[in-house]
Amino acid sequence: MSSIAVSTTINGDDVEYLCQADETLLDVLRNRLGLMGAKEGCGTGDCGACSTIMDGRVVCSCLVLGAEAEGRSIETIEGMANGNELHPLQSKFIEHAALQCGICTPGFLMAAKALLDVKPDPTEKDIRFWLAGNLCRCTGYDKIVRAVQDAAQEMKGARA
Amino acid sequence: MSFDATYRDKAFKSVGTRPLRPDGVDKVTGRARYGADFNMPGQLVARVLRSPHAHARIKRIDTSRAEAVRGVKAVITAADLPDLTDGDASLLAILDNCMARTKALYDGHAVAAVAAIDEKSAKQALKLIEVEYEILPHVVDVDAAARPDAPILNEAIRTSGVEPAPDTPSNVANRSEFGHGDVDAGFAQADVIVERSYRTEQTHQGYIEPHACVANCNPDGTTDLWVCTQGHFVYRQTCADLLGLEVSKLRVTSSEIGGGFGGKTHVWAEPVALALSRKAGRPVKLVMSREEVFRASGPTSATSIDVKIGAKADGTITAAEATLRYSNGPYADMWAELGAMTSFACYDLENVKTVGFEVLVNRPKVAAYRAPSAPMAAFAVESAVDELAHKIGMDAVEFRIRNAAKEGTRSSYGPVYGPIGIGPTLEAAKAHPHMSAPLGENQGRGMACGFWFNFGGQTCTDLNINADGTVTLAVGTVDVGGSRASLSLIAAEELGIDYQNVKAVVADTATLGYNDMTDGSRGTFSSSMATISAARNAIEVMRRRAALTWDIPVEDVHWEDGHAKAAGSKYDNLSPLSVKEIAAESGNSGGPIAGHSEMVADGAGVSFATHLCDVEVDPETGSTRIVRYTVIQDAGKAVHPAYVEGQYQGGAAQGIGWALNEEYIYGEDGRLQNPGFLDYRIPVCSDLPMIDTQILEIPNPNHPYGVRGVGETSIVPPLAAIANAVSNAVGVRMTHIPMSPPRILAALNADKDG
Amino acid sequence: MVTVTLWAGLVPLADNQKTLEVEADTIRDLLRQLTERYPGLRDPIKNEVAVVIDGVIYRDDRSRPLPDGAEVFLMRRLAGG
Ligand code: FES
Ligand code: FES
Repeated sequence: MSSIAVSTTINGDDVEYLCQADETLLDVLRNRLGLMGAKEGCGTGDCGACSTIMDGRVVCSCLVLGAEAEGRSIETIEGMANGNELHPLQSKFIEHAALQCGICTPGFLMAAKALLDVKPDPTEKDIRFWLAGNLCRCTGYDKIVRAVQDAAQEMKGARA
Repeated sequence: MSFDATYRDKAFKSVGTRPLRPDGVDKVTGRARYGADFNMPGQLVARVLRSPHAHARIKRIDTSRAEAVRGVKAVITAADLPDLTDGDASLLAILDNCMARTKALYDGHAVAAVAAIDEKSAKQALKLIEVEYEILPHVVDVDAAARPDAPILNEAIRTSGVEPAPDTPSNVANRSEFGHGDVDAGFAQADVIVERSYRTEQTHQGYIEPHACVANCNPDGTTDLWVCTQGHFVYRQTCADLLGLEVSKLRVTSSEIGGGFGGKTHVWAEPVALALSRKAGRPVKLVMSREEVFRASGPTSATSIDVKIGAKADGTITAAEATLRYSNGPYADMWAELGAMTSFACYDLENVKTVGFEVLVNRPKVAAYRAPSAPMAAFAVESAVDELAHKIGMDAVEFRIRNAAKEGTRSSYGPVYGPIGIGPTLEAAKAHPHMSAPLGENQGRGMACGFWFNFGGQTCTDLNINADGTVTLAVGTVDVGGSRASLSLIAAEELGIDYQNVKAVVADTATLGYNDMTDGSRGTFSSSMATISAARNAIEVMRRRAALTWDIPVEDVHWEDGHAKAAGSKYDNLSPLSVKEIAAESGNSGGPIAGHSEMVADGAGVSFATHLCDVEVDPETGSTRIVRYTVIQDAGKAVHPAYVEGQYQGGAAQGIGWALNEEYIYGEDGRLQNPGFLDYRIPVCSDLPMIDTQILEIPNPNHPYGVRGVGETSIVPPLAAIANAVSNAVGVRMTHIPMSPPRILAALNADKDG
Repeated sequence: MVTVTLWAGLVPLADNQKTLEVEADTIRDLLRQLTERYPGLRDPIKNEVAVVIDGVIYRDDRSRPLPDGAEVFLMRRLAGG
């Protein structure tokens, strides 16, 4: 099978790669680009561990083809912090112990960021339903929800 | 040096605080490396061929066409994993489970594996492996398998633990019995008796990270294994035994682990990856798919349990009895036995008897799942206890308080208890605001208690004082939920320094002595004990160094608040030396400073929890919503309370999934119908409310800081607590877990018709 | 002197005795004497025993002293999650 050439933007940088027609964006990120922050928990769109942001929307990168990234803008967990400065969601996840094993964390952070990008002041219910596509088996979600609430507060304070 | 583990009351400076965890930044930036995040030069991709049949004899395997595929570097079958187990039946079961030898014993059982340069060639090769099966009758149901006419999985098995020893094969591998007193006499004194049968379905630990490893066998026999595991030292031993490797040449590194809950205490794919690497002469990466995780790795038992409890009108239990049948998968283990031991452990009973039967079925080999076997037994017993309280007309909490085990009670599994925490959790439950929160329409409240043993085990730890006075702590217990933070707190506490100055790492098998699994809630319990011991040893060294520096006898130097101090007025001119000062001088005072410890950290102490739960059941759809949930559990001493709460909440959430939704569904053909997160539905964020926690601290007398294991008990009460809540909401006793909407509707309809 | 209670599966291997009186100072000493008295106990004791002393479970620490009059149980080694 011949490869497809793709030009895209990842975390603000121009990136070009070759991929197979049936290769997922998740596999491209992990196996071709070395961006292993996105995890594969299921490969079928059911766990959210592979969540990335494409043109502002959260997607399961295991359900997106690598070729579909052509001309798009992709955000991954590797681009969330600004250099050495963590995103408020990242700091709050650590502060609130919102991760135990941490395998789900990159996906939750991506999804939560997309939420706060469109809805800076979400209710608990907003958060719970928005994050319902991300599975966490360790925490029972309590501390994740609190971390997102607290990050939203802090970001609101920073804007004010 | 002898180590005194006795608990001593003291004021803590670090322990009990909530600092940031040391691996936090790596994990929120995507830099932490889990099982699948590691690669080696020239690495091959492995894929496993699995049996589509629940029970079949393997008559012939032909791999020649697969081997001919371009890019395929090795194909293996059981023939490449010869039996080196030397009569060790449990080791042989592990080997047979890794790769079927003569029979495929469940849908998903591995029969062959391929290593190739890429996934495409590997998959193509799998399709070309020819396996000729003779399909045999199968059985997946625990009760059906226990019947005399059931298809037999293993002709060699005779039920052990019964007299006289039977001479015909059976799927019931073992009978175990616990208890004391005379239950018949006890029931004769009872005014009210509740007797019921319960069932629970098989569930999976559901860790989000599938099993993954990279194996590399070099031509000179040195071997590396990178793997997500709860116990890399145990994996090393098992893999070395199965493959005939020298332990010293097999170096196992545990990756960050994406959840385990018991499911990563057993080897599955690792021996296969090693055998492939050995044959191919290249590194091999093997990552299970989610479907493989469900079909072929660690589910818990499905159970069928009969319970009978009798009590006097005043609420005193006079006798209690349970018969427990637990599915084991195809290999005999002791899951029912654990259920039989834990069933009535919360209560002070004069007459009690429990009998467990291990039942072999054509399902994947059962693996430990958080307080293994206890949740199902607790579901049955706590449901019956609740019903009995209702019948007598007593409040469910009062009834339990009246019968609760206490110090001096003879436990239902035999020994007499030391100081324990069931009573205090019940008193706390009684006083908790949850108990008086108003209930709405279609809502019900339930409660339940739970028990788990907790273990310690073999532990080895190194503590190095660096020249700048900071401390590196190398532990051999895998960090499954924040233990590096807790252990750093412990080291800081004992040394009297700042948490910030301690950095804990998980060492690989080549750099530290043997450590048992991180199981049985032992991670923080036993490594903290070893850390305290290592720190005390380092303090000894520092006292000697201070004595040398001051040129005074070491007996005159004592350790206080992170400083060596000279005791007595004659030394008034000597100002105390800090860890930093002693460390800075170490090059001139005798070299590096370190404390080592190797020990068996036993005496973990049993633990108890009480859970409260409010549910709302939709009578139209039968669907259940958790409205309010509270966990009350004894932690001995919470080292890092945020992670203790996390354990409580996580266990409760797993229990909620088990109670309401999760189950393995098998078709008539013995194939698993729902091997994916879409159809095997674990709780998502919108399913749950905040989970309230209350940490009780009743010091464990066998730990210097009073710590108990906290990881497991929290999954024990939820099944029963929710079943009691649902039963109270709908007015019908629920006896089958999970209480999925169709099951609740069926129960409601049956009640209407009845 | 301590009184040792065996788990049900061991009883047939020990002349059908459920409890035994043993003069032993440590777990190691106790297990050695038991296997000397009842060779059938050797395998289970080697592979799968945990010892409970006055309610506390010891899986590995065979040097643990047995206080005089202690209540001792032999239990199967347990798995955890
Ligand atoms: S890996 Fe993409 S949703 Fe699970
Ligand atoms: S922290 Fe382990 S799955 Fe979320």
